[in-house]
Amino acid sequence: MDDLTFARAQMGMSLAFHIVFAVIGIGVPALMVVSEGLWLRTGDATYLTLTRHWARGTAILFAVGAVSGTVLSFELGLLWPTFMAYAGAIIGMPFSLEGFAFFTEAIFLGIHLYGWDRVRPLAHWFAGVVVAGSGLASAVFVVTANAWMNAPAGFTLVDGRPTNIDPIAAMLNPAALQQVVHMVVAAYVATGFGVAGVHAYFLLRDRESRFHRRAFAIALTMGAVAIPVQVVSGDFIARMVAMRQPAKFAAMEGHFRTEAGAALTIGGWPEPETMETRFAIHIPYGLSLLAHHDANAVVVGLDRIPRNDWPDVRAVHLGFQVMVGTGTALLGLAAWAAWLAWRYRRAPDAAWFLRACVVATPFGFIAIEAGWVVTEMGRQPWIIYGLMRTADAVTPMPGLAVPFAVFTGVYVVLSVILVVLLRRGFMETAPAPTATAARDVG
Amino acid sequence: MSVELLLAGVVLVALIVYALTAGADYGGGMWDLLARGPRARQQRDVIEHAIAPIWEANHVWLVLVVVVLFTAFPPAFAAMMVALHVPITLVLLGIVLRGSAFAFRKYDPEREHLHRRWSTIFGISSFLTPFFLGITLGGLASGEIRVLNGQVVSGFFAGWTSPFALACGAFAQGLFAFLAAVYLTVDAEGAGPVQDDFRRRALVSGVALAPVAALVFAVAGTGAPAIFRGLTDWWAPLLLLATSVCAVAGLLALWTRRFRIARAAAAGQVTLILLGWSLAQYPNLIVPDVTIPVAAAERATLRLLVVTLAVGAVVLLPSFAYLFYVFRAARQAPGPGSS
Repeated sequence: MDDLTFARAQMGMSLAFHIVFAVIGIGVPALMVVSEGLWLRTGDATYLTLTRHWARGTAILFAVGAVSGTVLSFELGLLWPTFMAYAGAIIGMPFSLEGFAFFTEAIFLGIHLYGWDRVRPLAHWFAGVVVAGSGLASAVFVVTANAWMNAPAGFTLVDGRPTNIDPIAAMLNPAALQQVVHMVVAAYVATGFGVAGVHAYFLLRDRESRFHRRAFAIALTMGAVAIPVQVVSGDFIARMVAMRQPAKFAAMEGHFRTEAGAALTIGGWPEPETMETRFAIHIPYGLSLLAHHDANAVVVGLDRIPRNDWPDVRAVHLGFQVMVGTGTALLGLAAWAAWLAWRYRRAPDAAWFLRACVVATPFGFIAIEAGWVVTEMGRQPWIIYGLMRTADAVTPMPGLAVPFAVFTGVYVVLSVILVVLLRRGFMETAPAPTATAARDVG
Repeated sequence: MSVELLLAGVVLVALIVYALTAGADYGGGMWDLLARGPRARQQRDVIEHAIAPIWEANHVWLVLVVVVLFTAFPPAFAAMMVALHVPITLVLLGIVLRGSAFAFRKYDPEREHLHRRWSTIFGISSFLTPFFLGITLGGLASGEIRVLNGQVVSGFFAGWTSPFALACGAFAQGLFAFLAAVYLTVDAEGAGPVQDDFRRRALVSGVALAPVAALVFAVAGTGAPAIFRGLTDWWAPLLLLATSVCAVAGLLALWTRRFRIARAAAAGQVTLILLGWSLAQYPNLIVPDVTIPVAAAERATLRLLVVTLAVGAVVLLPSFAYLFYVFRAARQAPGPGSS
């Protein structure tokens, strides 16, 4: 592998690692706000125990998210200095705003985690609201900057240099709204089903645990409400990509030949040499309907794109299939949950449903990682779509295999430790919630 | 004052606040590693209680430095990231290991052997990170990083490998250790002999800082000639005098157990040192080729950034005030975990 590949690998690995913590930083505070709010309203101490329990996990995850996010802000320049010299003045604004949102999040998370005995209950709950809100704001700002790389706006090119810079127009670029909505909803889907899956695991062992029943109900509700919204938002973003980035769209769909009334390709393995996607299921007119809401619309295939402007069709197509597949599975799970809840008028706890929830624990996160593979690899070979190639943006620094190997090693070790710690923390504190609750009541 | 100068000032202020807050957190990690004697565990408890609620927030000042740099001075940021790739990567590695180790330790306080392992990683990375930060700033000041038409032409090792930069690294370590020890004397109020432990550490590190500072000056003559020339301007003796007054006042206040005065003096000392460095290399962001006006982005960006920062400050400053207000009591009376 050459230095460019290592630079891309390091950036991708850092993003893939950080996004998990960023997503949890958006989703779990929202769960905490709900359960602490329920405690304030009902006085049921189980909700208080639950809030503290979720907060303990959030503390450690937030710390790792904070440091891995710092790494990313530097890596933009360490790996892509030419890109930053070009784009810093245009997209620096949302990063500054994100900085403030992150500040606010860190401050109020500090108050939330360490201020239980120091502020009044309502102020404490409100600190949680601020944490959830600023986590959301951070995501909004950062994703607008990424959307700008897909749909650059807010400047005019004079002799190849960006001039007449308008950072607000850059932030409100044509891809921003679609990407922001898709990412934010994804965060609630992933944490909702992720947390629900963990509590489903414990419910399978002890169906009567009030602690896990309540935790499961709150988290599952969040995931199940968010996933249908995500399907609509997925349609919204797909049509934008079809219009603005036909190469990315064609790669996502494994669609090689431009045609009217194009069929939708599900699964399969794209062969760039023969320009076929083999072993796939084809749904007639499906792609034209999806891309343009018109069964006879023409969908541009990769044959219209110069070969050296193609993204990696296999990776993008596979990423897209994985994202849609896991998302569809979660939609099915949400429908099942809704049916069980309607049928039995209580939080669903059928054994097979709980088992399905356990299996689906990582699905939301897998979908997010796969979705970012689609966005990022689908934009290649461009770092700024249509304007700057990734190969021209990379640092002249040689030996990039070394930082890639070191950071990958560190992140792998951190991930293992985190899983071990959180698992053990759960095993130790969760099985005896009734005792804690009783004490809190007394 | 021009808008680019204002923003360069913001970078400096953010860097100073980072040194005063996160710098002391690094120092806390160093004293954590060096905790000795019968009260080692109590010393660590005081350190942990001082750092835990605020270190992530303190950390964001560095993110602010980076973000304002790349928004307002994109070519300067790009050149720094190329020329100083190696030490900055080491800083980042230190930040990741340190933050994670601290969080893991806090999450898992009961297991003694694990506690010690996380403490060791936390302490060692608290030592190394300020060293590489100091090296990075020393590299910017050295005058050995050359930039031609926006491209770094001096390679990947210029500046930060010089004796001057290494001395800056050592100085940053000493300064943060001193700062932390002084802060901790206040944090340990009411903790009896632990406060004396930190007083002793503050006195020792404060006195030990003097020869390191002298070394930085000595090597600056050849290692950073532009800076050295800057230090002969009219304002230099005044600033040097003020810094020395702070240093001596801090040590005297420690000696006479006026810990709050000592804290103010130490913070003043750090502020003046960074101010002096920035004045000496003004108007350069990277000595000698990259200056503030040349590296500045377009007007529209700069103006909007100033507005953004102003609005951000309106949100941020009351939040910070509230944070410190909520935990003021915690810093005075460290007790068992409250979460």
